[in-house]
Amino acid sequence: MKQTLIAGMAMGLMAASLGAAAQTAPEHVRSWAAGCANCHGTNGQAQPGMAALAGVPAAATVAKMQAYKSGALPATLMHQIAKGYSDEQIQAIAAYFAAQKN
Amino acid sequence: MKRRQWIQTASAGSVLGSLGLLSGCATPGGAGPKVVVVGGGYGGATAAKYVRMWSDYGIDVTLVEPSAAFVSCPISNLVVGGSKTMADITVSYDNLVRRHGVKWVQDRVTQVDPDKRIVTLASGATLPYDRLIMSPGVDFMPGSAPGLAKSGAAEKVLHAWKGGPQTLALRQQLQAMPDGGVFAMNVPLAPYRCPPGPYERACQVAHYFSQAKPKSKVLILDENEDVTSKGPLFKKAWADRYKGIIEYRPRHKVIDVDAATNTFKFDFNDDVKASVANYIPPMRAGDIAVKTGLATANQRWCEVDFLTFESVAVKNIHVLGDSIQIAPAMPKSGHMANQHGKTCAAAVVALLTGKQVNPLPIYNNTCYSFVSDQDVIHVASVHRYDADKKTMLTVPGSGGVSTAANALEGQYALAWARNIWADSLA
Repeated sequence: MKQTLIAGMAMGLMAASLGAAAQTAPEHVRSWAAGCANCHGTNGQAQPGMAALAGVPAAATVAKMQAYKSGALPATLMHQIAKGYSDEQIQAIAAYFAAQKN
Repeated sequence: MKRRQWIQTASAGSVLGSLGLLSGCATPGGAGPKVVVVGGGYGGATAAKYVRMWSDYGIDVTLVEPSAAFVSCPISNLVVGGSKTMADITVSYDNLVRRHGVKWVQDRVTQVDPDKRIVTLASGATLPYDRLIMSPGVDFMPGSAPGLAKSGAAEKVLHAWKGGPQTLALRQQLQAMPDGGVFAMNVPLAPYRCPPGPYERACQVAHYFSQAKPKSKVLILDENEDVTSKGPLFKKAWADRYKGIIEYRPRHKVIDVDAATNTFKFDFNDDVKASVANYIPPMRAGDIAVKTGLATANQRWCEVDFLTFESVAVKNIHVLGDSIQIAPAMPKSGHMANQHGKTCAAAVVALLTGKQVNPLPIYNNTCYSFVSDQDVIHVASVHRYDADKKTMLTVPGSGGVSTAANALEGQYALAWARNIWADSLA
């Protein structure tokens, strides 16, 4: 019972913090995030030579993606990929990876 | 209340799932829904793994794949060029079986009965399914070069367009070729598997020649009007690195190949005789998909619903990867097939468990081509579902190519390979 209450409260907190992403079901955000796994590993657990995303705080991933988007952070291709995702999608995907075990 | 606590609570579910996997392995069978996957390439292997993972190991998945191991098409041109080995591009199916509880049947599907929902294998065994995922890759259009029907001809003039024995056989032909010889290869009319692949192959062979056989030439005979992918970057590599080695000839439609003399014949142009001829035939969906009636676009490619990858022609059969009628600007690539696999897996799990299918798929493609043994150029794109047009479209403003070939992307390309092989197979 206590567990359920805590989980329920936490879910509310997550939903509030994710804003627009709350409209997207968690398993659909998971599918969006899986689109990154080709290079960054299943659930963001990367093989050597690529940046791991699992367990990285959401704010850090969001900041990096926004810097790629704006051009502030030079890249080989991530600037071209980042521009394909909305701010809300980046936020939701970053939160998903933050919650994965690293 | 800390977010991490909630995460730990939530992840208890997946821990239970992992335990379920172990018992699932011990007692195969079970009463869960059954998915059969045909083909263990980038699309099928990924779909098999993710259906297991995302159903918390509740859906029974059987993968039918005749090969003893996965051999990657991406990176295989480096085997042709000599800087990688077959072992470098070969990955075991063991992790799909051991870690994810996929039942791997090393056999070939010969027949699908969509009404009874049963596939028949070459061994005669049958497998029932609730949903079938077809990822048979490409097969070649029959009769495109009649001369290759002669005995031994197809073993002499190779395609090497499926990662496997022909990859190594082509390498051996190049090694046996005397210096001063000509390697001639064609490029079929798009769409075909791996748009930049032929041009990368030309670079790899030219790189080998520049090191080992400097008097030899590479001739690219392209049925297309121009280079179909990364054109300016490839042309710069040919001019800067392989001047006098690579010659590019567009608008060359092959109508036959004489294997006895390694001669290409064209509809309008003069014959081209080579020391080593590499014929890449025009392609269509894998034969089993055509036979099952899934190739609804010109009897060649399989049209699908891009939300689920379900065939538009046959219910409960999903088609992935190079076999599908692509959306605009969607390449036939291993990376894209992996993305199809995950999108399809999520949809199949949702459909079999009564949940909502993701109404907005979004995924990317990245494709690296080696112009030498070190330096690489890429093309990248992001594809998003368009609900009005019911297809995947590239997101405006996204995507692009490398500014120039560079060694950093050479390292990323190999890291890409390690990651996508793990994402698909481990």
